[in-house]
Amino acid sequence: MVLEFKPQGIYCPAGDFFIDPWHPVDRALITHGHADHAREGHNRYLATDIAAPVMRHRLGDITLDTVAYGEVREIGGARVSLHPAGHIPGSAQVRVEVGGEVWVVSGDYKTTPDRLCTPFEPVRCHSFITECTFGLPVFTWPSEADTAAEINAWWTANAAAGTYSLLGAYSLGRAQRLLSLLDPAVAPILTHGAVEATNAILRGQGIALPDTIHVTPELDPRAHPGALILAPPGALAGNWARRFRPASTGFASGWMRLRGVRRRRALDRGFVMSDHADWSGLNEAIKDTGAENIYPTHGYTDIFARWLNEEGYNAKPVPTEFTGETFEEDGA
Amino acid sequence: MKAFTDLYTAIDQTTKTTAKTKALAAYFDTAPDTDKLWTIALFSSRRPKRTITTTKLRVWAAERAGIPLWLFEESYPIVGDLAETIALTLPPNSRTHNASLTAWIETLRALDHADEDTRKATVLDAWDQMGAAERLVFNKLLTGGFRVGISRKLMTRALAQATGQDEAALAHRLMGDWTPETTTYHALIEAQDAAASLSRPYPFCLAYGLEQAPEALGEPSEWRAEWKWDGIRGQLILRGGEHFVWSRGEDLMTDRFPELARARDFLPDGTVIDGEIVAWDGAAPLPFNDLQKRIGRKTVPKKLLKDAPVILLAYDLLEEDGEDLRARPFADRRARLDTLLGTLPGTAPVHSSPLIPFKTWGNLAESRARARDNRAEGLMIKSAAGPYHAGRKKGDWWKWKLDPLTIDAVMIYAQQGHGRRANLFTDFTFAVRHGNDLVPFTKAYSGLTDAEFRQITAWVRKNTLQRFGPVRQVRPEHVFEIAFEGIHASPRHKSGVALRFPRMKRWRHDKPLDEANTLDDLNAILAQYG
Repeated sequence: MVLEFKPQGIYCPAGDFFIDPWHPVDRALITHGHADHAREGHNRYLATDIAAPVMRHRLGDITLDTVAYGEVREIGGARVSLHPAGHIPGSAQVRVEVGGEVWVVSGDYKTTPDRLCTPFEPVRCHSFITECTFGLPVFTWPSEADTAAEINAWWTANAAAGTYSLLGAYSLGRAQRLLSLLDPAVAPILTHGAVEATNAILRGQGIALPDTIHVTPELDPRAHPGALILAPPGALAGNWARRFRPASTGFASGWMRLRGVRRRRALDRGFVMSDHADWSGLNEAIKDTGAENIYPTHGYTDIFARWLNEEGYNAKPVPTEFTGETFEEDGA
Repeated sequence: MKAFTDLYTAIDQTTKTTAKTKALAAYFDTAPDTDKLWTIALFSSRRPKRTITTTKLRVWAAERAGIPLWLFEESYPIVGDLAETIALTLPPNSRTHNASLTAWIETLRALDHADEDTRKATVLDAWDQMGAAERLVFNKLLTGGFRVGISRKLMTRALAQATGQDEAALAHRLMGDWTPETTTYHALIEAQDAAASLSRPYPFCLAYGLEQAPEALGEPSEWRAEWKWDGIRGQLILRGGEHFVWSRGEDLMTDRFPELARARDFLPDGTVIDGEIVAWDGAAPLPFNDLQKRIGRKTVPKKLLKDAPVILLAYDLLEEDGEDLRARPFADRRARLDTLLGTLPGTAPVHSSPLIPFKTWGNLAESRARARDNRAEGLMIKSAAGPYHAGRKKGDWWKWKLDPLTIDAVMIYAQQGHGRRANLFTDFTFAVRHGNDLVPFTKAYSGLTDAEFRQITAWVRKNTLQRFGPVRQVRPEHVFEIAFEGIHASPRHKSGVALRFPRMKRWRHDKPLDEANTLDDLNAILAQYG
């Protein structure tokens, strides 16, 4: 096998490396900087050049080698290259070729383009290890433009009523994607420290984001009437957000497609937006790889594998410790 | 149906009661009368008759979406709501429409006598004309049940705002067995004489739980106390030579409890009594378990009538000689009730639920401690001067329940929740130890915080030993304190017991597996309280 499933994670015997391992290993290829994929404690890391600054920020002083998208590395007997996954800036699929047999590990991916990421590229392979966080037919996403219009309309109405707009988003990826869609003409955009730290890194890489104001203890909310405040979901529920009153609360996630989840969070508004592929995105991506063997990892793996088998693939679910898009802190 | 869908969406998009009331009041201001009438009906659990089975809806939706039925069925528990699952699975609509809520309901009602091909064609055609939000509303009409965070009280308040009527009077008008087919908006809401139907019950007065010591209520002499029975709250109406029995949920239960028909032999016409329906052994209530056998039965077999005969334990008089007494003080109503019932023989199906005398709150606490011996679950404390309120109002009626029984049990199975709790493991099966075995004895769904449910969900995902369909067997590791209100022997359960109102009181992080309670402990509780 080109890749194997070991207790530490996905392993390549020919190159003696792991992909997004969840226990410390010698050499780790990392698809992207989210905490369930880029973990601490490995001896050596390899990731894309675009993903590197965030990883350094999160993991500190690590031994990190970088490659550009499409650049080929020989590691032992394996030819390895990273390809755009469209999930967050710098996110990659890992292509591993050993003796002519090609496997691809998708990492987290989104097939539709946005304003920040290098767009997803299908990679032909024999075996495809795919995430399926939203691998059910009930998960289909509206267009980014529609969701953006919905969020801006909500913000505009709140601002007109003298209400703050508290928008929850994971600090790496979703927050910046939302920023790129907000209409800065409505009112000021304020950010929580965790979001602002990531903003600074991405801006430093030359990614254009609208102006934001960092919420510090000294900041006077009254000086920014009608502002939209972008913060990690955890901060919205706590003391931090109380300074902004009155406020309407919103959250952007693929899970907001489900009314039950929206109600459980006791949010005023849920906006359907995910950095993961929806049902049709997953199915198209799998078809485009031309792969025969499909290994669904995190998500509704059993159901999705059964569906793929009926569609003529050879699919087998693989348990992993990736969390996909969660409702919680920055695991995604 | 656009306006109604917008209303539904507006209500769904806010957690603030004032915003919901405002949206409803605005709708009642502008909607046509027929739509208003249906809206009132839908938000007071009067749904249109189901003309299509949910099985058919699933098959048609899967077919239209181009997915196998099993995949639709797998998606349903994750979404947690059938109407929503269908709305989310269908492909985008190709057309639009302008028909009203009432028009769509009429279309559905016409399907009652249609053949299956017509039904299917009509439903598929409807789906193809509606966006996602409207489809959800339409599917709710098909499947019934309009729970959208609009309580009936809220709906009544908004209607009161829109019509300028008194909220309590309106609540009374909306009671009873009307449907949009049998009345009009004008007759129901606007007409001078509400054409009070003979069977119409009064809105039930509801109590709050007492969360502090009763001393906070002030002078004991200003209060009255009764046992809090574990039965079915019911309103017995004697009018026009007939009798009617209503549940708190506004189900007409007259035929389920034929024993109460004899009340007409003992009590005059124009009487309305509030009380508790209990199974009766001739001197005291039987455990709720005996009454439970009769719930859900429209007709009662003879044997059951003999084994678990019911009576009404009366605690309030709402109407006497056709006069509405609700504004009078409780002490006055109660005195009239006792006069009315005092002369009745023990064979009458209505008994007075006794007042419990007390001079001090300390006296009352002693009585409360004896509640279980009296087959009661605690006490009711009522203000002597208080009127009979419509609905739940804080201040005059309090329930002072006994502390629940508890046992420490091991979680062994977990299942995902529905609706609001879809995607979380919230439904658990618990076991007690028996030698080296674990014997399952109860399920519980509630009592943990959302944060705890998320924590246990993450743990379940990593500690699943085996799957049986949606049920996961998990590593027996976590001990929970299970609280419950009652216990009785049950041959249908492996453990031999069934609990009343079991819930998770506490996650005992501090307790290892071998400190969980045993089957012997459980049987000891059964012997003492069963």
